[in-house]
Amino acid sequence: MIEIRIHGRGGQGNVVAAYLLASAAFEEGCYAQAFPNFGAERRGAPVTAYVRIADRPIRRRCEVREPAFLIVQDDTLLHLPNITAGLQAGGAVLVNSNRDGDELAAQLECRVVALAASALALEVLGRPMPNTALLSAFLELTGLLPRTALIKALSGRFHGVVLDNNRRLVEQAAAAVNTGVWQEDTHAVRA
Amino acid sequence: MQYALEGSQALARTVALCRPQVIAAYPITPQTHIVENLSKLVADGALNCELVSVESEFSAASVVLGAVAAGARAYTASSSQGILLMSEVLFNIAGLRLPLVMTCANRAVSGPLSIWNDQQDSMAVRDAGWIQLYCANNQEAVDTTIQAYHIAEQTELPVMVCVDGFTLTHTLEVLDIPDQQQVDRFLPPFNFERRLDPSSPISIGTLVAPDYFTEARYDHHRAVNDAQQSIVAAAAAWEDVCGRRQNPLICVSDRQGARIGIMTLGSIAGTLAAARDHYNNAPATRLMALRSFRPFPAEAIRQACAGLTDLVVMERALSPGSGGIVGAEVRATLSEMNDAPRVHNFTVGLGGRDVPMDIYPRIHEGLRTGSGIPFGVLDLEPDKLPAAG
Amino acid sequence: MSHRELRQNQPRFSGLESGHRACQGCGEALAARLVTEAAGPDVVYANATGCLEVFTTAWPDSSWRVPWIHSLFENAPAVAAGMEAALKSRGKTTRVISMGGDGSTFDIGFQALSGMLERGHNVLHVCFDNEAYMNTGIQRSSSTPHAAVTTTSPSGKERMGKRHLKKDIVSIVAAHHIPYAATTSVAYPSDIRKKVRRALAIDGPTFLHVHSPCPLGWGHDGALSIEVARLAVQTGLFPIIELERGRLAGSMPIRTVHPVTDYLQLQNRFRHLFVDDARAREELEHLQALADHNIEVYNLRGTRPDNRDSEGADTVRRGGLRWA
Repeated sequence: MIEIRIHGRGGQGNVVAAYLLASAAFEEGCYAQAFPNFGAERRGAPVTAYVRIADRPIRRRCEVREPAFLIVQDDTLLHLPNITAGLQAGGAVLVNSNRDGDELAAQLECRVVALAASALALEVLGRPMPNTALLSAFLELTGLLPRTALIKALSGRFHGVVLDNNRRLVEQAAAAVNTGVWQEDTHAVRA
Repeated sequence: MQYALEGSQALARTVALCRPQVIAAYPITPQTHIVENLSKLVADGALNCELVSVESEFSAASVVLGAVAAGARAYTASSSQGILLMSEVLFNIAGLRLPLVMTCANRAVSGPLSIWNDQQDSMAVRDAGWIQLYCANNQEAVDTTIQAYHIAEQTELPVMVCVDGFTLTHTLEVLDIPDQQQVDRFLPPFNFERRLDPSSPISIGTLVAPDYFTEARYDHHRAVNDAQQSIVAAAAAWEDVCGRRQNPLICVSDRQGARIGIMTLGSIAGTLAAARDHYNNAPATRLMALRSFRPFPAEAIRQACAGLTDLVVMERALSPGSGGIVGAEVRATLSEMNDAPRVHNFTVGLGGRDVPMDIYPRIHEGLRTGSGIPFGVLDLEPDKLPAAG
Repeated sequence: MSHRELRQNQPRFSGLESGHRACQGCGEALAARLVTEAAGPDVVYANATGCLEVFTTAWPDSSWRVPWIHSLFENAPAVAAGMEAALKSRGKTTRVISMGGDGSTFDIGFQALSGMLERGHNVLHVCFDNEAYMNTGIQRSSSTPHAAVTTTSPSGKERMGKRHLKKDIVSIVAAHHIPYAATTSVAYPSDIRKKVRRALAIDGPTFLHVHSPCPLGWGHDGALSIEVARLAVQTGLFPIIELERGRLAGSMPIRTVHPVTDYLQLQNRFRHLFVDDARAREELEHLQALADHNIEVYNLRGTRPDNRDSEGADTVRRGGLRWA
């Protein structure tokens, strides 16, 4: 089973990101679970969401305390003291940021890939909604699921021009990161 | 057919499949997505029913009371404060023997204010005379909702389907949603014999003096007790239709040589099952998820606990000044057994506190120290308590 | 001392401190701050469940510098009535203000409000009206305007948003024969302050209905909240009026009336009305008719000079001639 924790701020599509990832896993025949950690829901407030993907039914329903991967939708959240709490040894973090990944890796003391997802989304979608780009990059880095699964999940939620733009964003985001850099860790965790 | 759905979304689709004729909608966290999804189905013409957007939960319950009395299959959902605001009406609906199904998206009760999951709300109305069924996961919530209409209309009692708020309602997972034909086969159209009808007028809700009240109340009590049979039958019948194993009164998962049992209600059952496999050095433990709390299935509970030396009742509410609610009832019923297990009673996860996997070794530790006799809050953090006076 | 320094040196009571968790551009947060400023420190508050109490009091913090209680969603006016009775019995002059959104005022707490008004308690009830149940995620209330989209009044093949009209709360309240009931808007902060002081100077039940945009729920940028609120007034959809003992005592004239489309097109909740659809056109006509009706009934055309009119307030914002 793979456990992923997604950090963001209200209004950045954090929960939708979690649901999309789980839906994509479902499209590939996996069992999946996704849920938010609700605080007082306000635009801009920190929001956390959790995703579990497995090839067996998932029975536990507690919060993810030892994620294999983190996706951080807003780099201002990196100031939060516990943002990487519980990250498994060898775990990795994908951050939506214009900053340099190596710089962030040194700051967080773990493997980090940075992607300017909001900027990319602004260009392709017309809105700085980073979730689709981050998910696509995540799948490209881990090889966890094929891009087609994410696209299928997206077509369950979006239609017409919005869906087309999201497809393009998926391709562009995948091209913006190195393929399979985290693939070994993904397999190790899935065992 | 299988879908990846949020719990609330699945419930909304399931309710729509049951062909309700009147739905009363009033929003309260964490039930909101259920009524929103139903509103969207109506707005798109996919659900043909009267959707009444009421001005309070008190009115929501009153509207569905009226709807059922006038012969329509009805639905509403609420949580926490809403359940309490409508509590007067809940007693009324049950006492008047009106068949109705309601989702309670379990949430803690103010004060202090909390929007997060525990079961204080449904526990607070356990004496209202409703059937109460607790769902351990979203698939069970889907299947139970459908069975609930069957049970309600057969027993002429209202059924509260309890689904942990956020933990289940806001979790997306892979679920099987039955198709319309399956549900139609299982649920015939609602034909309420005691409905208000000018062609054969009756009076509902009359004043009953002491000379008859006792019998009326006893008849109600007997009906809720006897509903155990309907609950079991509905589970078996639905299992035939959908092909999925259904749990009627209590779900027991045993282990070879288990002398310790843990009983709980609702979604923490899943975490406990995963934890039992994970902490495989712990003593063999029998896990039980209680589905029917009202009627209280005394005999089924005694059978499920046979052979145990210790039973831990883990619940999600408490009665201030007394302790556990489920624990007290279970302890009382087991005391009638020969060689009754020692009952340890804990509450956990109040106000939505996360119940992690390591609760499992902590339960076993609590067993050893006896901190659950008579009652303990297993996940209490004493350093957060105000200084003792 | 310059004008600016003079203004900065004015003692200004701050009842609601910053650091709370409201969304950017929240009309309700602004309105609540203005109300507490104008009311001063000698007040106790009863606050209904809703956005305001949630974003100001995440335990262990609170943004309130005034005595404040939150009980339930439906009982703030009743709780306020109890506090008023208690203070009276103890011989105190401390005032009581009851606060709630449209959900609690128009719907679930309507009974409690009516009771408080009818019994003549010396309480000011302030309704922060963002036209839906926002705290629970944008569901319709009886204050939601006709044809507005919410999650429980969505648009679709069969529906064009909320089917029913916005409840005329201030008229219903005024029908309780209370001494003072008024509407106001966050686009006119001076008006809010003035009306709060006016209400508190009156002995008996008073009511203030404050139109407060919700960027998230109405679907506009937080930076546009004031402009949206102002257009609601300048189209006639939200008339600024004062009622004494049920009779119209004053209104804010609109110097330049805007068509309702100027207001509606800024908000996503009305986006479905701007498609090429006969039903959409019909709804726009309905809304224009509602606005025209208000202008007529409340005599809102501003042909006479009035130093409180909606254009005058615009002039203030631009640092113009009248008020500089």
